[in-house]
Amino acid sequence: MDFLRPASWEEALAAKAAHPTAVPIAGGTDVMVEINFDHRRPEFLLDLNRIGDLCEWEVGEDSVRLGASVPYTGIMENLRGELPGLALASHTVASPQIRNRGGVGGNLGTASPAGDAHPALLAAGAEVEAESVRGSRLIPIDEFYTGVKRNALAADELIRAVHIKKADGPQQFSKVGTRNAMVIAVCAFGLALHPETRTVRTGIGSAAPTPVRAKAAEEFLNAALDEGGFWDNGKIITPSVAQQFAELCSAACNPIDDVRGTASYRRHAVGVMARRTLTWSWESYRGTAARTEGAA
Amino acid sequence: MRVNFTVNGRPQQADDVWEGESLLYVLRERLGLPGSKNACEQGECGSCTVRLDGVPVCSCLVAAGQVEGREVVTVEGLADFARQRAEGCGTGACGTSLQDAQLWEARPSHRASDSQTGEGTELSPIQQAFIDAGAVQCGFCTPGLLVAADEMLENNPNPTDADIREALSGNLCRCTGYEKIMDAVRLAAARQGEAV
Repeated sequence: MDFLRPASWEEALAAKAAHPTAVPIAGGTDVMVEINFDHRRPEFLLDLNRIGDLCEWEVGEDSVRLGASVPYTGIMENLRGELPGLALASHTVASPQIRNRGGVGGNLGTASPAGDAHPALLAAGAEVEAESVRGSRLIPIDEFYTGVKRNALAADELIRAVHIKKADGPQQFSKVGTRNAMVIAVCAFGLALHPETRTVRTGIGSAAPTPVRAKAAEEFLNAALDEGGFWDNGKIITPSVAQQFAELCSAACNPIDDVRGTASYRRHAVGVMARRTLTWSWESYRGTAARTEGAA
Repeated sequence: MRVNFTVNGRPQQADDVWEGESLLYVLRERLGLPGSKNACEQGECGSCTVRLDGVPVCSCLVAAGQVEGREVVTVEGLADFARQRAEGCGTGACGTSLQDAQLWEARPSHRASDSQTGEGTELSPIQQAFIDAGAVQCGFCTPGLLVAADEMLENNPNPTDADIREALSGNLCRCTGYEKIMDAVRLAAARQGEAV
């Protein structure tokens, strides 16, 4: 095994181009587990810790450019206002020790359907900034996940940052697990209200081969909210609408039975989380239309 | 490969390090510092918690090469680390030498009136509190808990019970049921408050 230690982003891209099989390591919270358990013996480890830019973020007009290695702790402490859904999701990641090391870039690189950041990214709307010596491109989050632990990155590409839309309304995140810390999600759900475009977006984790949006549910809800004038009159969401939304979210799942839960439990739980997160977010939208802060 | 980094305030060098090796392995097997415990090797249990540039991390998930040039504090250096944090470094040598760290053992101080045993002042306040509260049973999780709890009290001198639970949520203990550990951290926080 070779340990590559690029001191700059350009050096990292050159190293990845020269050694496309190199495994990038930042927080190490996925990669080191695989090495410790002998599940993986990469020929090259590509350490990204020396590249300071990856731990920085910029808050822009419409979006936040989040460096790939910004640890979850940094998101929770600094970006709760701009990225409430992702901040809530970050808070459910493992433990303080893991949140001090792991970041969204690693979550995307691993592309596990159970990654906690994914539902929040899908709901908020995001683009992945991928770069190689050939150039840079932005991959829409909807096109990023291509299979179980597979993503749209080419062999010579590295994730530099994620561009996430700043919240223009309340966002929520919910996760089912056996305790409050150190759990891989049985399933998870993210929801974001976008009052500016009068749309609702969703993200489902751990209930399909990849993280997915419940698009039929979103379309149904967008139409129902529009028809009822809910965005203007701020009325409580009709229970039958919430119920139908929940059922469509369950229908968007394609889960499996595994040690953490059965497929039918996951489908059911996603429906429950969909209804709850919709209610929580809508209540805060009704309360103060400007309020974008999440609640636990 | 060779790795140069600071351990408990002193520069150290580890040789013949395998590229896929963890920081935990380097500490235990290359530097002879077995205080950080090797249990789950997947970041679930927190027994290997150390501070990396001041931040608590699971040393089993840090690749050895990633610590080049960085600073690590282990449980063996915690007492000196806490003392220097409280009193400053003075004119003497800061940190803990490798030999002292390797030979480190708990000798509780008399400083606290309800202390149980021993003499000397070699324990950090959080270590003393763990002994006084009876928070140690088999002891395997203790080093990780000490490092995590000490860091929390550094940043949050008046933690609520929820703060303590959150800060220690990545450290598993299979003996105590956590109540005595909670008592110990509350005790350390209270003593810290009195001292100010």
